[in-house]
Amino acid sequence: MGELQDTIRYMTTTFTSHFSPNTDSDREAMLTAIGVESAAELFDDIPKEFRFPGLDIPEPLSEFELRQEMGALAAQNATPGDYACFLGAGSYRHHVPAIVRALAMRGEFLTSYTPYQPEVSQGTLQAHYEFQTLICQLTGMDVANSGMYECATSLAEAAMMAARITKRDRIVMLDSVSPNYQDVVRTYTQGHELPIDIISPGQLDLPDDTACVIVQQPNFFGYLEDLQSLSDRAHKQGALLIVSVDLASLGMLKPPGDYDADIVVAEAQTLGVSPSYGGPYVGVFACKDSREFLRQMPGRIVGETIDTEGRTGYVLTLQTREQHIRRERATSNICTSVGLIALMSAIYMASQGKQGLRHLAELCYHKSHYLASLIQEIPGYSVPVEGTFFREFVMQCPLTPGEINEKLLAYKIIGGLDVSDQIENGMLLCCTDVNTREEIETLAKALAEIGGTA
Amino acid sequence: MVVPERFLEAHNRKLLMDRSTPGRIGASLTKLDVPKTALPEVSLLRDNLDMPEVSESEIVRYFSQLSHYNFSIDHNFYPLGSCTMKYNPKVNDEMASLPGMSEIHPYQPESTVQGALKLIWHLQEILAEFMGMAGASVSPKAGAESEFAGMLMARVYHLSRGDTQRKKVLIPDSAHGTNPASAVVAGFHVVSLPTNEDGNTDLNALKAAVGDDLAGFMLTQPSTLGIFDTNLLEVIQVVRDAGGILYGDGANLNALLGKVKLGELGFDVVHSNLHKTFTQPHGGGGPGAGAVLVSERLLPFLPAPHVVRTEDDAIEKFSLVTPPQSVGRLGPFAGNFGALVRAYSYIRTLGDVGIAEVSEDAVINANYILSQLRGVYDLPHDRHCKHEVVFSAKNLKDKYGVSAKDVCKRLIDYGIHPPTMYFPLPNVVEESLLIEPTETESKETLDQFIEVMKLIAKEASESPDLLHDAPHNTTNTRLDEVLAARKPVLRWRRKTSE
Repeated sequence: MGELQDTIRYMTTTFTSHFSPNTDSDREAMLTAIGVESAAELFDDIPKEFRFPGLDIPEPLSEFELRQEMGALAAQNATPGDYACFLGAGSYRHHVPAIVRALAMRGEFLTSYTPYQPEVSQGTLQAHYEFQTLICQLTGMDVANSGMYECATSLAEAAMMAARITKRDRIVMLDSVSPNYQDVVRTYTQGHELPIDIISPGQLDLPDDTACVIVQQPNFFGYLEDLQSLSDRAHKQGALLIVSVDLASLGMLKPPGDYDADIVVAEAQTLGVSPSYGGPYVGVFACKDSREFLRQMPGRIVGETIDTEGRTGYVLTLQTREQHIRRERATSNICTSVGLIALMSAIYMASQGKQGLRHLAELCYHKSHYLASLIQEIPGYSVPVEGTFFREFVMQCPLTPGEINEKLLAYKIIGGLDVSDQIENGMLLCCTDVNTREEIETLAKALAEIGGTA
Repeated sequence: MVVPERFLEAHNRKLLMDRSTPGRIGASLTKLDVPKTALPEVSLLRDNLDMPEVSESEIVRYFSQLSHYNFSIDHNFYPLGSCTMKYNPKVNDEMASLPGMSEIHPYQPESTVQGALKLIWHLQEILAEFMGMAGASVSPKAGAESEFAGMLMARVYHLSRGDTQRKKVLIPDSAHGTNPASAVVAGFHVVSLPTNEDGNTDLNALKAAVGDDLAGFMLTQPSTLGIFDTNLLEVIQVVRDAGGILYGDGANLNALLGKVKLGELGFDVVHSNLHKTFTQPHGGGGPGAGAVLVSERLLPFLPAPHVVRTEDDAIEKFSLVTPPQSVGRLGPFAGNFGALVRAYSYIRTLGDVGIAEVSEDAVINANYILSQLRGVYDLPHDRHCKHEVVFSAKNLKDKYGVSAKDVCKRLIDYGIHPPTMYFPLPNVVEESLLIEPTETESKETLDQFIEVMKLIAKEASESPDLLHDAPHNTTNTRLDEVLAARKPVLRWRRKTSE
């Protein structure tokens, strides 16, 4: 009876974390062994007037209460799936096979650290070696690292690497590169005050001190740039060509390696990772194989080697570039990266394989072109940009894109991205494998109705 | 007949491209349900897509087998110093994968993602409260990126005041390598400061190094030696008097929650690795998330985007804004949202009472290990530690030729992940073993670890080769890292037939 009463009192008045096993008697035994009276003594080195401030945060929640709370927050978001969604622009929705999550959520992958102890990390290391291989196969490049935070920081690191290799300062970027990517390159290069020129694709002359030319393929508006001509012009000037490529397009389109790109960056979120409101993603970083490129490359790289018994195994290699060895002379400050997301992307690439990746590219291509063909028939709307697009294109609207998007919500549709700051009343639309014919036709009908009110 | 183990192993280790069989596929293909459009001209199309052709069942078995070659928190005690390898609550993964969290697109109109923005705003507020700071940004995607953001804020702050000469950043020699690397990317020149015999910042060296060229001081508290600087208030005064920004590396915040607020001591920036203190799983090298918390004077410089709350007719509204003098955008979107959801779930689960217990138990556990291994391994700084303790295997090295690395590799044979080795660096502690048990380990686990560490010390004296050759039971014995770097093989390539 006494025990039960204790339990009841305990449940109503005190909180014990179910994540920490220490009981009061465990603590007492350890404190005695340490030779102190109380845990507070272990904090004596903190200045007294600042010791043990209160924390003004909410009280604990049980797991049940947490689910209710988080469920309520999730319910305040309009969820693609419940809504048709035509957003892309650097984050893409796809069908992700069940095995991607099932395998990546295995505790052995999920709860391990960066593989600094290779003998107990062969799972992670070999998976990352697979990622590097598959990225090289897909992009047509010689080598790839095991991933950066996401594509935009990958691009910024590529620009800084190009400056180190060419010993030049000037970054030349096409105006058709994603505006957010342009901003990230500015953020990252401001400390070294690298000048950045934004040019139009047709601009012929490159300054002599150009370190690199940065192009996005397909560009931010979804259209293909003339990579061959840009490559020739950059190389003639002694500059490097950096291509930010849409990996989903590479199931079908010629890879940047075929255009002699020096560095290729990409967002591998599109291969097996949910949009998750912008992260975590995984940035691809691939380049040509030369001693200088390898020496200047940022991020973690997995290499093959042998053990003391001659068996093949994998290790983190070329670590003398990294911050934990080189400190202020490192090629980059990156430490914790996005290993798990690289693993997910490797599993996705393995599952799609040769046929699946080609099929994915074709689904994106045909569906977006079908939508464009419907839009061209709607009075008041047009598809103003000329050229070849892959899965995104700009629609010109009779109203502001903001108004259109607001009205589309009533049809359970999340429309495209407002790009009216660059193209008058322009909206960037995207179709992928998960946009069904029904969704596409519903969008066209809704646009016609909304446009009719203009 | 006994099947030779190595035969199976060689099969398990075969790479995907070598498993490929033409015609196989590992995914079901979604049907094309719209009319076809002519493909782009042939010169734009690729003629070769050399990717693996493997079935779903083969992929599942392959990656499951690979996973067995990893140690992980779910399976092993993982006392990896400075990495805070605590238990990662499973419910957090589930919360991050709610469709309303995982499927939302970063470009959705703000009115359609109020739940996400509300979560981010609350997390900003709570993290700032933990350290007594004026505001926070959760857009950095790892600790190193928040260091970079913090140092950029220091740069722009000085420039905004016309202090163009402030280019020097001081960093103790015991700091993580990311500190100097981040300061350099942000455009600073780094000067390393020695640690004194007590493990504190060398005050004389600090005083000699500050001047009107000082941009800031990056200090980790508790330090990577696991100890709190007893001269801290004086250190802060020296840096502030010289006009420097005080940066607090929060890699070790697991020792400080509810124990001290660095903002109240005078820090201008503190970062928090949500993948350490707030249980975002490490995932074999990320993803993480690194909140950057700032004092009043740095608020206008926070990175973009930042979440703000406004109220209109008692209806709260959350929006993404760019602070007035922002250092800019760190990534295309608002950070590693999935990691933010997990951190928020963890903090709400523990709440005010539970969070305060975290650091207490983490510190008790570390001091218990200290007390039980004193005399078995060298203890360069024999004083109460915080959440981690540094031992040295120098005694074993001098007497038996057994290094810190040998001890670490032998621990693997006992099913325990090695502590961090050779960090802090040899110029700070020789043959260092940095041990961080965390609060989620039981006394029984600690006792077992202590027993194993004593056993290994004994083995070192009796049969040192047992340690030199360790580990003995892993899929690979020690790997040749020199060969890997000298002749880099960084990807699979098709073997060309001669």
